[in-house]
Amino acid sequence: MSFVSSDFISAAPEIFVLGMACLVLVADLFLDERNRAATYWLSQLTLAGAAVLTIALYDERPVSVFGGMFVNDAMGNVLKLFIYLLTAGVFLYARDYLKARDLFKGEFYVLGLFAVLGMMVMVSAHNFLTIYLGLELLSLSLYALVAFDRDSTVAAEAATKYFVLGSLASGMLLYGISILYGVTGSLSILEVSDFVATNTNLDLFVVFGLVFVLVGVAFKLGAVPFHMWMPDVYHGAPTAITLFVSTAPKIAAFAMLMRLLVDGLGELHGNWQDMIVIMVLLSLAVGNIIALAQTNIKRMLAYSTISHIGFLLLGVVAGTAEGYAAAMFYTVTYALMALGGFGIVILLSRAGFEADKLDDFKGLNERSPWFAFMMLVLMFSMAGVPPTVGFYAKLLVLNAVVNVDMVWLAAVAVVFAIIGAFYYLRVVKLMYFDKPEDASALDVNTDVRLALSANGLAVLALGIFPGQLIALCTAAIG
Amino acid sequence: MSELPLLSLVIWTPIIGGLVVLAVGDREPWGARSIALVFSLLTLALSVPLYAEFDTSTAAMQFVELSPWISTFNINYHLGVDGISMPLILLTAFTTVLVVIAGWEVIQYKTAQYMAAFLVLEGLMIGVFAALDAVLFYVFWEAMLIPMFLIIGIWGGPRRVYATIKFFLYTFLGSVLMLVALIYLYYRTGSFGVLDFHLTPLGLTEQILIFIAFLLAFGVKVPMWPVHTWLPDAHVEAPTGGSVILAAIMLKIGGYGFLRFSLPITPDASNELDWLMIMLSLIAIVYIALVALVQEDMKKLIAYSSIAHMGFVTLGFFIVFAIIAKSDSMQGAAMGIQGGMVQMISHGFVSGALFLCVGVLYDRLHSRQISDYGGVANTMPKFAAFMVLFAFANTGLPGTSGFVGEFMVILSSFKANFWYAFLAATMLILGAAYTLWMVKRVVFGDVRNAGVATLTDINRREFLVLGALAVPVLLFGIWPAPLVEVMEASVQNLLEHVAVSKL
Repeated sequence: MSFVSSDFISAAPEIFVLGMACLVLVADLFLDERNRAATYWLSQLTLAGAAVLTIALYDERPVSVFGGMFVNDAMGNVLKLFIYLLTAGVFLYARDYLKARDLFKGEFYVLGLFAVLGMMVMVSAHNFLTIYLGLELLSLSLYALVAFDRDSTVAAEAATKYFVLGSLASGMLLYGISILYGVTGSLSILEVSDFVATNTNLDLFVVFGLVFVLVGVAFKLGAVPFHMWMPDVYHGAPTAITLFVSTAPKIAAFAMLMRLLVDGLGELHGNWQDMIVIMVLLSLAVGNIIALAQTNIKRMLAYSTISHIGFLLLGVVAGTAEGYAAAMFYTVTYALMALGGFGIVILLSRAGFEADKLDDFKGLNERSPWFAFMMLVLMFSMAGVPPTVGFYAKLLVLNAVVNVDMVWLAAVAVVFAIIGAFYYLRVVKLMYFDKPEDASALDVNTDVRLALSANGLAVLALGIFPGQLIALCTAAIG
Repeated sequence: MSELPLLSLVIWTPIIGGLVVLAVGDREPWGARSIALVFSLLTLALSVPLYAEFDTSTAAMQFVELSPWISTFNINYHLGVDGISMPLILLTAFTTVLVVIAGWEVIQYKTAQYMAAFLVLEGLMIGVFAALDAVLFYVFWEAMLIPMFLIIGIWGGPRRVYATIKFFLYTFLGSVLMLVALIYLYYRTGSFGVLDFHLTPLGLTEQILIFIAFLLAFGVKVPMWPVHTWLPDAHVEAPTGGSVILAAIMLKIGGYGFLRFSLPITPDASNELDWLMIMLSLIAIVYIALVALVQEDMKKLIAYSSIAHMGFVTLGFFIVFAIIAKSDSMQGAAMGIQGGMVQMISHGFVSGALFLCVGVLYDRLHSRQISDYGGVANTMPKFAAFMVLFAFANTGLPGTSGFVGEFMVILSSFKANFWYAFLAATMLILGAAYTLWMVKRVVFGDVRNAGVATLTDINRREFLVLGALAVPVLLFGIWPAPLVEVMEASVQNLLEHVAVSKL
């Protein structure tokens, strides 16, 4: 394997983020408390710079570099841009929350940027080892972030659970990869794909490996029955970290799924389709039904995420380009909604007060009609009610399964969507129909206000004009 | 044809008006109300040319607007009206003006949000009637639940939360299955155009499944027995304006759906299952009327009466197959559908007016119980005159609009089966029984209690609202021709389409 210098150009965004993350780490050491904001701005600058590089390197044709280890294609670039955008939103929403809790430290940004680097590697990886490398970089950063509030026992418990279960899932994935390597003799996704297509007599062994790979992917996505970590991690982690865990990494997990199952083992679609159908049904049922019983909004949103993963996987089940594009659209828009939803939870929190109970939303319409409206838009979007983008996300995945003659699956999915609608409506009910228990006005910085408003309005605007984003996802899948 | 995109204007003017009202807020006590009134009047004015320039000689869609919306899936921003949808748009624009005026002084809590919710709702409902693309239709159809959910939940009565969540989930249940059906039709036709769906051949099993999905969506909205239970709750808890819109327009959206989707897309399944529809309609007419008889709460009584009246509408729509099979009389069949349509429009005026009457009483004594009133005519003579007029219209007295539709439906059901007509005609008796008995107990007799003795008669604003509704009730009762004429060509076209098998 030989490198040519032009290979490095394709990986320029990754290299840039790596360099900047190291720079932030060092620079932060020399900053005192008063100038900590510089770390924040430097991190945002890193994301903006990475976005500029990614757009500059955008190419319709896939460019494979480093001997096929790394690929630069349309899907990867679009997903990376969304990862930057979401992370920038997380950094912005989290800032005041962290300050109020004495957590405003450089490590948050360093770990965040390394997580972003991990996600970028996952998105662009075209070799089992590169995928694993990216995944572990992301996971290790996230484990540390969840335990970021050192003195919180809940957070420590959540981090331990996350670490133990996450390592187990990584082990499974690695085991699956080793079996695939044993059968095919290669770790390159393209070579494995070719091998599977030509050697159908070895399907049984490949499927054996596939099962373990699927477990690893399902764990990262949080599909039932590999979802156990999600409610505890979402609940236990500081809300700012929950915000991060629930948004950008889902996009990376989707990319990992596309690389492993579709690019690598697409030939075995018939084999993994049934497994994913089971995950879809379980995720929809468990996510929606258990969410009904939650009194903590972070837990509720965790279960809601599980049900959304069920919907997202519907698009993958279809196994058509249309279906993958639908799943991609779902992932991106879901991440946008989750960003807004947890953003509002952060907005309601103050020093010494976590607004993570559902009851904390009581009477929000009296306290702040505008943000109550933003939350209303986000909740209806998650429920899939037009004119919000959540409706189109559901429309596209349902369309994908109907197009492969699985109308029954679509019908089951929409019935669970009705159950789901109830707990989203309950949030709206608390905000609009109940009287506030705590009538204090919200105290938020202007930039957070603006960003959250933009976030909510984007969900609404994309619900009225979804055409561009749909076209973008369709083009990215190709 | 007018150069202006009239339908878009009629849809978006109230929605933008709603946003303006929200932006103005409650700082000025009269600000939100006046702006809401201006925008609702503007919408009404914009909808007048839809009638004036309407070409009654054709069944083709008019005032068509077509531009690509989501090109990847061939989804278009496609609007147009025919004789079936145009009257309903006018009804919506007209009713909203009255609702804005009716809420003038009554609504003191978050007035701007109240007015904005009704304006946005108006635009969305008109959108439902005008949309000719299935996704566009579905977007308006579902989006309309959001303002209604808030209207009942924020300004409603003591059990408003239960009522509004029940309302939302019931309607959502019906509509998501319709969504699956619409996606399936897209899969079959490659287009989301409703008019393309009309032309696609479909097998009988497919048609029956699609028909059932549509039936759930539209049957819940109408509402048909046995999925009607959300309606009494929603009506009782909703503020007066919410009840008026719910009864006058939202129920009609279900009826409209049957005409625009169920009948033309799945004619064979409609033919196959018409016995089910007729049975459910007759149960609504007879059983629900009996239920209405025993109600203690005026709003609940009118709500049940609405269900019974909507039974007439669905009976008129689905009786056509029996008529064609028996006598091959297209004219008789057309009369059934026209009767149902006239009944929808008339019921829009009458039920809206009755809810406003109850609202007038409720604003004064804060009770809807029949037993809390008695002898209202002594203290409120002008009000009593209106209430009696609308009660007569509700019973279908000749000379009021209520008579025309019911008479046409009964007449056409005679052509199908004597017993259908017999059962349908019991409505005239039962309707008279529950409505007039309520009027007797509330309006006539001696003054029952001190509360009634202190009542003051309706003021100029209330007089204006009730008077504005009395005019069409009498007008269409005496001279229904303008209403029947605009829908004639479209109904004829629909029947010819339905009579041809799609198998």
